[in-house]
Amino acid sequence: MAARPGTTGRLAWPVVAVAALGLALLVLPLAALVLRAPWSDLAGLLARESVLQALLLSFGTALVATALCLLLGVPLAALLARAAGWPTLPRRLLRAAVTVPLVLPPVVGGIALLQLLGRRGPLGSTLEQWFGITVPFTTGAVVIAQVFVALPFLVFAVEGALRTGDRRTELAAATLGASRWQVFRHVTLPLVAPGVAAGAVLCFSRALGEFGATITFAGSLPGVTRTLPIASYLAMQTDPDEAIALALLLLAVSIAVLLLLRDRWLPGVRG
Amino acid sequence: MTRTHARAAWLAAVLTAALALAGCAAEPGSRPDASSPTDAAPATLTVFAAASVAEAFEEIADGFEARHPHLEVVVNSGGSGALAQQIVAGAPADVFASAAQPPMQQVVDAGLAEAPTDFATNTLELVVPAGNPAGVSGLDDLDRPELRVALCDASVPCGAASVELLERAGLTAVPDTLESDVKAVLTKVILDEVDAALVYRTDVIAAGAAVEGIEVPTAASVVNHYPIAAMSDAASSDAGAAAAFVAFVTGTEGRAVLEAAGFGAP
Amino acid sequence: MTLPTPPAARSALRPMLHADVTVTRGAMRIAAAFDAAPGHPLAIIGPNGAGKSSLLAAIAGLVPLDAGGVVIGDREVDGLAPDRRRIGMVFQDYVLFPHLSVRDNVAFAARMRGRRSTARTAADPWLERYGLTSLADRLPTELSGGQAQRVALARALAADPEVLLLDEPMSALDVEVRADMRDELATHVREFGGATVIVTHSPADAAALADRVLVLEAGRVTQRGTLDELRAAPATPYVERMLAASAE
Repeated sequence: MAARPGTTGRLAWPVVAVAALGLALLVLPLAALVLRAPWSDLAGLLARESVLQALLLSFGTALVATALCLLLGVPLAALLARAAGWPTLPRRLLRAAVTVPLVLPPVVGGIALLQLLGRRGPLGSTLEQWFGITVPFTTGAVVIAQVFVALPFLVFAVEGALRTGDRRTELAAATLGASRWQVFRHVTLPLVAPGVAAGAVLCFSRALGEFGATITFAGSLPGVTRTLPIASYLAMQTDPDEAIALALLLLAVSIAVLLLLRDRWLPGVRG
Repeated sequence: MTRTHARAAWLAAVLTAALALAGCAAEPGSRPDASSPTDAAPATLTVFAAASVAEAFEEIADGFEARHPHLEVVVNSGGSGALAQQIVAGAPADVFASAAQPPMQQVVDAGLAEAPTDFATNTLELVVPAGNPAGVSGLDDLDRPELRVALCDASVPCGAASVELLERAGLTAVPDTLESDVKAVLTKVILDEVDAALVYRTDVIAAGAAVEGIEVPTAASVVNHYPIAAMSDAASSDAGAAAAFVAFVTGTEGRAVLEAAGFGAP
Repeated sequence: MTLPTPPAARSALRPMLHADVTVTRGAMRIAAAFDAAPGHPLAIIGPNGAGKSSLLAAIAGLVPLDAGGVVIGDREVDGLAPDRRRIGMVFQDYVLFPHLSVRDNVAFAARMRGRRSTARTAADPWLERYGLTSLADRLPTELSGGQAQRVALARALAADPEVLLLDEPMSALDVEVRADMRDELATHVREFGGATVIVTHSPADAAALADRVLVLEAGRVTQRGTLDELRAAPATPYVERMLAASAE
């Protein structure tokens, strides 16, 4: 459509209409949730021990998972960014390996984790025989499942930040006497910090909402492995009011996390 | 892409979408009218069945379809509670078969079904992975803390029965997971991720050689009654079909299938 | 603008730079051998794509050498990482650290060697000398071209390098300010007093900033000497054209 004077920057109306439809799809279900919530009973529902247990468990595990993702993900992102100079096959394999948890259905991820760390699994049987450690059905298993599904989010966010940086800043730092570690610490790391923060937000949110891998691999025991999503799934079968209360809780936590963080750390928003 | 190509691609996309929508809108199971004494139009019967009875119902459905060629039965299975919720929320069901009374009560209270009848009973059985690696011999073993035990959550029928059974035996089990339906519990046993679990007798039979069942003498005292009911507001175009199905289930053919699967008489 | 009175030029204890380097960029091989003596800046001049920046990068250690070596005074530096060579570099569009203030940029080298507080204090005289004190807390995105050039130069020289390399120092500036900035840059370079190599495609820059000139075309040195020597006997058509253009 040719732009007429004074209309540059306005979108064509079909685009706006379809965009509004998309927005409605995202917003209306949440609005319905809020509208139909049992507000009068909410306080009582939320004070139930089962609810508080699930909330604390979810929050705690998601925080630990995010910390682990940061620890493992930033170096992995650095490797992935460097791999741009590698030959094609190793480069693609590396990227595919990091992407797989994103495209895999979470339940499949849980099954895979069971195959590895379950009693009959190669790693799981070793851990059990040699160290007496069993992984499934522990809170640790919840964290592992969350890390498995959330790590790619962090890796890609950080990799993006690393790639858009000007490599010459690192070279300039070197000419000013910075060793490789000093370059990483004083130049590379601060410049990727916003990307890291965005990745951490995504990672935390994904970990908080993780369900399929957790219930398959870690099981569902109140206070140990029954996270908020699992608790709400169970509640849906017997006590829909509790399920709605749990859903609202998850929604509120998500919104709080997004609001507390600065605009420029949000995925998709450049500072 | 040139303008003509773009237009052609757009047109193709629209046509494909239209065809897909038309396919979806077509009634599933519509077939040309076969010789049928009762109703000329082909119809689908939707049955919501508890997970523990789903396999038996598939077999029963085959028998029913043989008797009523113009009907196609679709069995939708899941946790009884979840199914009840779905029906109350408006899911199109013609028949509901639940593994316990409370979910059926929910549906009755919502005014969607009347006069449910019991069609089967089920009792619990202890189950261990093939080979019984932890050497479990009876219900008492469930309170061994080092044992990995899976149970149904108390909020589902299988779990309510488990709680009652354990209480009667004076045991406090230390479960490692409380699953939301009995099939999930069974899967954990089949995968050898737990040492023991409480599931229905019918589940042990269905799992065959993958597991070993250990009978619990007191299990006969904790019985799950399975009610079935035709929905008052039938979703199917054939109003009599739902009642016919319920009659089939409670009749001789249905009973035979259920007995073979390990269900008890109602 | 007048600069604050500069301190006395450093004594001639600065080392000499000997460079005999061969380096590859893409399909082109660049080979040059030259000296740069302290107090006598050398300009490397040539058309775009001649390989001038690659030469600088090779001397600084930012790209590997195919053959040859770089000697500063009596140290062979070509085997060293860039952070050990004591070569200061001003990049073409300055490459200031975007997350650091002007003061922290200038203090960067000191920060690498010591603590933040001492580094920041050490940067103050440099800020003053380059007229940057009022800009000390600004971020690089808030600076004009001329201001950024000052920061880049101050940053490089505050590191106390033995050799200074400048890559097209004027090209990022608006034409109107170039003449003034060039004079200012010449003053700072003189003040530094160490071996200096300036890459440029502008004969005016070469005239203002350097004593001697090296002409690089397609990776090869085609002429060297003072600008007057070049004018007297241009060795290639490019040198002729270049000198003719600057005479206008």
